[in-house]
Amino acid sequence: MTEQIKTDFEKIVKASAFSEKDVELKKMHLNKFLKTGFPTRKLENWKFSDLSQIIKKNIGELSFYNDYSFPNKIDTSIFVEGLEHNKIVFINGRVEKVDFTHEDHDKIEINDDFKFVNRSEDNNSLLSLNNAFTNKCYKITVKKNYSLKKPLVVYHSTSNKITSRNINLKLEFQLEQNSSLRLIDLFNDRAENNFINIFYNFDLKENAILKNYKIDKVQNKNIRYSYNNIEQDDNSVSETFILSSGSNFSKNEINCNLKGEYSSAFVNGIFSLNDGQHHEVRTIINHLVENTKSYQLIKSVLGKNSKSAYQGKIFVDSKAQKTDGYQLSKAILLDETSEFNAKPELEIYADDVKCSHGSASGSLDENSIFYLMSRGLNYQQSKELLINGFLLDVVEKITDTEIKNLVKNMIGLKE
Amino acid sequence: MDKREKDIEKLKDYKYGFSTDIENIRAPRGLNEDVIKFISNIKKEPKWMLDFRLKAFERFKQLKEPDWQKPKYPKIDYQDLYYYSAPKSMNDKPKSLDELDPKLLETYKKLGIPLQEQARLNGIAVDAVFDSVSVATTFKDELTKQGIIFCSMSEAIQKHPDLVKKYLGTVIPTTDHFFATLNSAVFTDGSFVYIPEGIKCPMELSTYFRINASETGQFERTLIIADKGSYVSYLEGCTAPMRDENQLHAANVELIALDDAEIKYSTVQNWYPGDENGKGGIYNFVTKRGLCKGKNSKISWTQVETGSAITWKYPSCILKGDNSIGEFYSIAITNNHQKADTGTKMIHLGKNTKSKIISKGISAGFSDMTYRGLVDINSKAKNSSNYTQCDSLLMGNKCGAHTVPYIKNKNFDSNIAHEATTSKISEEQLHYCQQRGLNSEEAVGLIVNGFCKEVLQQLPMEFAVEAQKLVGISLEGSVG
Repeated sequence: MTEQIKTDFEKIVKASAFSEKDVELKKMHLNKFLKTGFPTRKLENWKFSDLSQIIKKNIGELSFYNDYSFPNKIDTSIFVEGLEHNKIVFINGRVEKVDFTHEDHDKIEINDDFKFVNRSEDNNSLLSLNNAFTNKCYKITVKKNYSLKKPLVVYHSTSNKITSRNINLKLEFQLEQNSSLRLIDLFNDRAENNFINIFYNFDLKENAILKNYKIDKVQNKNIRYSYNNIEQDDNSVSETFILSSGSNFSKNEINCNLKGEYSSAFVNGIFSLNDGQHHEVRTIINHLVENTKSYQLIKSVLGKNSKSAYQGKIFVDSKAQKTDGYQLSKAILLDETSEFNAKPELEIYADDVKCSHGSASGSLDENSIFYLMSRGLNYQQSKELLINGFLLDVVEKITDTEIKNLVKNMIGLKE
Repeated sequence: MDKREKDIEKLKDYKYGFSTDIENIRAPRGLNEDVIKFISNIKKEPKWMLDFRLKAFERFKQLKEPDWQKPKYPKIDYQDLYYYSAPKSMNDKPKSLDELDPKLLETYKKLGIPLQEQARLNGIAVDAVFDSVSVATTFKDELTKQGIIFCSMSEAIQKHPDLVKKYLGTVIPTTDHFFATLNSAVFTDGSFVYIPEGIKCPMELSTYFRINASETGQFERTLIIADKGSYVSYLEGCTAPMRDENQLHAANVELIALDDAEIKYSTVQNWYPGDENGKGGIYNFVTKRGLCKGKNSKISWTQVETGSAITWKYPSCILKGDNSIGEFYSIAITNNHQKADTGTKMIHLGKNTKSKIISKGISAGFSDMTYRGLVDINSKAKNSSNYTQCDSLLMGNKCGAHTVPYIKNKNFDSNIAHEATTSKISEEQLHYCQQRGLNSEEAVGLIVNGFCKEVLQQLPMEFAVEAQKLVGISLEGSVG
């Protein structure tokens, strides 16, 4: 791998017009990545999913070079219908379109030459990989007191030509005071057997509201890693919803720093997996000051040969009195080959707090199935009804009605 | 205040903090094959035992000290410790209690442990381990009548080699982790219990561990075998004198329950925790593991952890037999600069296996408390279930409470439920108690005892009283 990555890196440096300083910086990140390589089971954060092995087994040798000199054609059929929205389109990791037609232009600032700096998790090797190979980082700033009229949809797509590639992309968002943003990430892949490495950074100022919906629904054979870093000031709210069901392997990490009083973070997620899929969510909520709140709800429905993992951590600093933290993870195992792993962790240094977590896993309740069947449903229908009810609970947590309905339609949930 | 008065003052906090002046025999300082041979030789062990030790030592040399735990400690120099220390008078083992060094007897009297069989009323058979050797075992005759073997490990190696050979190292193999392997190489003594088929042990069996000598590591090994259909309840207590340096205690405990057998293992751990500035105290790095080998067997761990500077242990159950049950009840209290990283592992291998975990952690002062647990339901463990509850109580914002459970479910027929909460003592409860005339310390004591009740109930009566008092003492001075 090392040789491949180095030659690919040289190729990229040659092809692009990076300044000398940038190249140096990128080199530093590359060396940092090379030191550790892809994470393995030996790292506590990757205990349940050995990425190094997964890449080896599913992809084999990765190539890191992507030609970004020519634009790709956008397939408009991937666009969401029946919902007016702003767009950012990524194809093979290249930004093809940035479109904020529905918004006041002086309220949104787009900077395409932003130097991405991540404040936490400096020892994350995938971040180093990302920093070394992303060619452009967009920064989107929502100005003071402005709420986007329409949601922003970020399309993540790949053309069917590429395979065994590593694709890196990142975005930086800043939400100024009293602003709000609804962001939908839509994953739509044609290509197979690629490793996609996504980093987002969100900076939420006072009273800002962020709603991020990550939707990975279309079946594909890619390996996906996505990391959200969220910094929150006073009174800000972040809501993250994850629908994790399409990719072969997927790991979502949410790192949230509640730095301002009365700030709150919500993370809700659904895993609906089948046929050898393996998905994971890892969350770290850092309660750093008084009166902050976090709530997490993760539910899994696991079919044949599938595996899901939830690693959630609530950290409460000794200053963060009156913290309210909650985690709940539930799983239904449908087949004898399915597996559920959880590590709901609490690390608490303040005494006046309310923190709890719960985790439950098991099969569908036979009594409930019997109840439904005795009222005329067949076995399959009863099962579906129970599963729908189980998942609907999470979808109902989505605070935006428009998007809630969109998600419901997408996964075919009826009330 | 003159020195004497100061000493008395000091002893108030930890009443077992005295040390006894007894002449000792020690192995040469350090850890090498010669020391292991010295230990084996002085104990007149057969060759297979020495081989067992040397095999473990070979493995130990390749192992690295683990460092993933929460409580960090300064590096231990394993070459700077004494691995064997025994009271000189024990060189030729006394035949009866009358021949025991009177100073030893007095020590145990001070500790409140009746070695004299006159204390028959107490009804507990005691095996006392002083530094590295077992000094006395009471009620032997009565137990022998039923065929129960309750003796020191050294004696068992001499008298019941078949049993020891068959079971020693089957639950904690010589190839286990760092501290367990170290123990396999240098263990000095401990208790051995064998309950024959169909026998219910008529009394509580108990071992009392005492570290006396300084700069000594204590490595005891306990092996309990409950044959088909038998039952035994075993208690363990420990204390150590107050010393400024840290002392290492790395014990191994193996339990084996065959078909329909039940073992109940209770610990009240009260090693010296160090002074209020975190100086001194015992490093309690213990490996305890039970194997439910037969069907319908049951192993139940109960622990009250109040002592030690650092406690690092996970009493575990391997539920191999069908329908077997594993239980873990724990109270861990840390105060001042104490640190505890404790919990359990429940490994479900057999069908219809059940496990239950109740863990209560209380931290005060500058201390840190971690619950770390694993529930692993194997794909063959059909229809198994686990229930886990871990609650933490914090007193003040200089201490920490952490919960790190690992949950692995590979079986769709099985259920796992896990709950955890962290909170402080509510002002309302305190107010209510104080209104009724309790001072704040008494009120806290009462509430904490209520918080721990679920676990305290599991202890045998004689221990429950002691444990309840300990809970109160450990938290003294942490309120207000």
